[in-house]
Amino acid sequence: MKDLQLKSHRFRAEREADWRRLEGLLTRAEGGRLRGLTDEELLEIPVLYRACLSSLSVARATSLDANLIAYLEGLATRAYFFVYGARTNLFERLRAFFRHHWPAAAQGLWRETLAAVIILLAAAIVGYVLVGADPDWYGSIMGGMGQGRDPTASTAYLHKVLYDDHGGQGLATFAVYLFTHNAQVSILAFALGFAFCLPTALLAAQNGLTLGALMALYVSRGLGVELGGWLIIHGATELFASVLGAAAGFRIGWSVLFPGGRSRLDAARDAARVSGAAMAGVVVMLIFAGLLEGIGRQLIQIDGARYAIGAAMLTLWLVYFYLPRRSRAGK
Amino acid sequence: MTGGNPEMPASMMTRSLITPEGVDLRLTLASAGERGAAFLVDCLVILATLVGLTILIAWAFSATGTNGGETLLMLWLVGAFVLRNGYFLLFELTPRAATPGKRALGLRVVARDGGRLTSEAVFTRNAMREIEIFLPLVFLAASSAAGEQVDAIMGLLALTWSGIFLLFPLFNRDRLRVGDFVAGTWVVKAPRRRLAADLAGEAAARYHQFDFTPGQVAAYGVKELQILEEVLRGRDKRTLKDVAVRIRGKIGWIAQPYENDADFLSAYYAALRARLEHRLLFGHRRKDKFDAA
Repeated sequence: MKDLQLKSHRFRAEREADWRRLEGLLTRAEGGRLRGLTDEELLEIPVLYRACLSSLSVARATSLDANLIAYLEGLATRAYFFVYGARTNLFERLRAFFRHHWPAAAQGLWRETLAAVIILLAAAIVGYVLVGADPDWYGSIMGGMGQGRDPTASTAYLHKVLYDDHGGQGLATFAVYLFTHNAQVSILAFALGFAFCLPTALLAAQNGLTLGALMALYVSRGLGVELGGWLIIHGATELFASVLGAAAGFRIGWSVLFPGGRSRLDAARDAARVSGAAMAGVVVMLIFAGLLEGIGRQLIQIDGARYAIGAAMLTLWLVYFYLPRRSRAGK
Repeated sequence: MTGGNPEMPASMMTRSLITPEGVDLRLTLASAGERGAAFLVDCLVILATLVGLTILIAWAFSATGTNGGETLLMLWLVGAFVLRNGYFLLFELTPRAATPGKRALGLRVVARDGGRLTSEAVFTRNAMREIEIFLPLVFLAASSAAGEQVDAIMGLLALTWSGIFLLFPLFNRDRLRVGDFVAGTWVVKAPRRRLAADLAGEAAARYHQFDFTPGQVAAYGVKELQILEEVLRGRDKRTLKDVAVRIRGKIGWIAQPYENDADFLSAYYAALRARLEHRLLFGHRRKDKFDAA
């Protein structure tokens, strides 16, 4: 027999067992059965990964077996993402999110948050003044959202809406409906920030206008304080959430519009790091808002208590987000 | 080292990812077609789950009577919300970083800088689906439902505007959708390849009756060798025959009476690879048969 035993063939024969072993370990680890791997096996993966990389380099330089090189490239890539990827579990991720990422993101967005608050307040004032001057504005601002609360409604009806407890029926479902609806809208508002902030700003302004118009209607009937309680019990959380969501959208739109010294891609990626965390937090806030609006508001009929809860929630969020805290080690 | 090894032509879709160990992994981006197909699979999975959930809840409703209706409606609302927003998020946070659709197509999500894929990035890239998919759908429904002409024109404009987000991947060479653009991710091919048997190993053991002269073995380069590898792995009788006839003609090999095409090609593959790899060790990489070096 002639010397047809290729060097690349011998190379493969020597290393193949290691590759197969790495492949088997990765398949088990990626299948979510990380606990199925012993400590020794877990420690083995980085070692095998480096051996695989070295095999890949050698194979690229000396072997002409296309299948072998493709296999090694695939295996090395899989192992790379496993070795250098995040391996924290869900619990650790959640803990880090609530302890650091979320408040840090909210803090980092303070400028955008301020802008969103100003838009919301300005729009509310405009809505209030417009409806106060001419009640006809009410219909055009509210569109179909009035639900019978319009200038032609009787004061008694308007009062009844504020203290309607729906007979205590279906409150949890109502709360869930409110949460899912509000969360979906806020995610949309956030995503719209990409279109150069404008649609997000419009949504915030529309929010403010309806708020102002509703205020004007109730104040004209002497029900301003009562409406305030009805709004603030959940609004302190919900409006804060929508403001934060808009702020997160602004950050992304702004970074795409004015990336500064970085490339647009890099600027957007950096913005998304902050905005994404803030936005995930907004969804959490809206769960609270949904519960307060769907259940709390129906069960608590005393204005003072409504104000107290609203104020407490607002304080809670403000302290949680903006209270200076020790910066995270290694940040 | 960016752009890959100069000896191996990098395709338009290849992106270099250099590991901390200094090896270029040469990732290949997923094409727009694969992305679309993966998304379609995911949509079907979501829809099927939603339909299944609805049927299950409707069945539970009829079984429990009216009392349980509230709870079931609540369950449905939560289920639909989690499916719409959580499906992509949760699957892309797993170690494989891919939804079932992406897995089926052999794709995965990767941070563009090659670093860790953060939960914020995954959240953002999927939140952006609202303007990529949902918004065009809403405007599509609105414009087809609109009666008056002004409304129809507004609807069409809105549809065009939102269509830009939908078709975003076609307008950049990295096939980034808006979510990828913003979140700093891209989608690459990560198929699970099987390690097939070494053709030269089999051939070397069995076919030593083929004795090629150095001139005969020098007829081809790497490109032809790898095409021959594909042909041999394909095991298609007719292709084997065609290729064997052509190679015999080119190198002037006269077929023995009982010579098998597959055997001949395997032996020639082994001989050619031996020669080319030998030359490779001395620094000569013969690209193809036109490469005289």
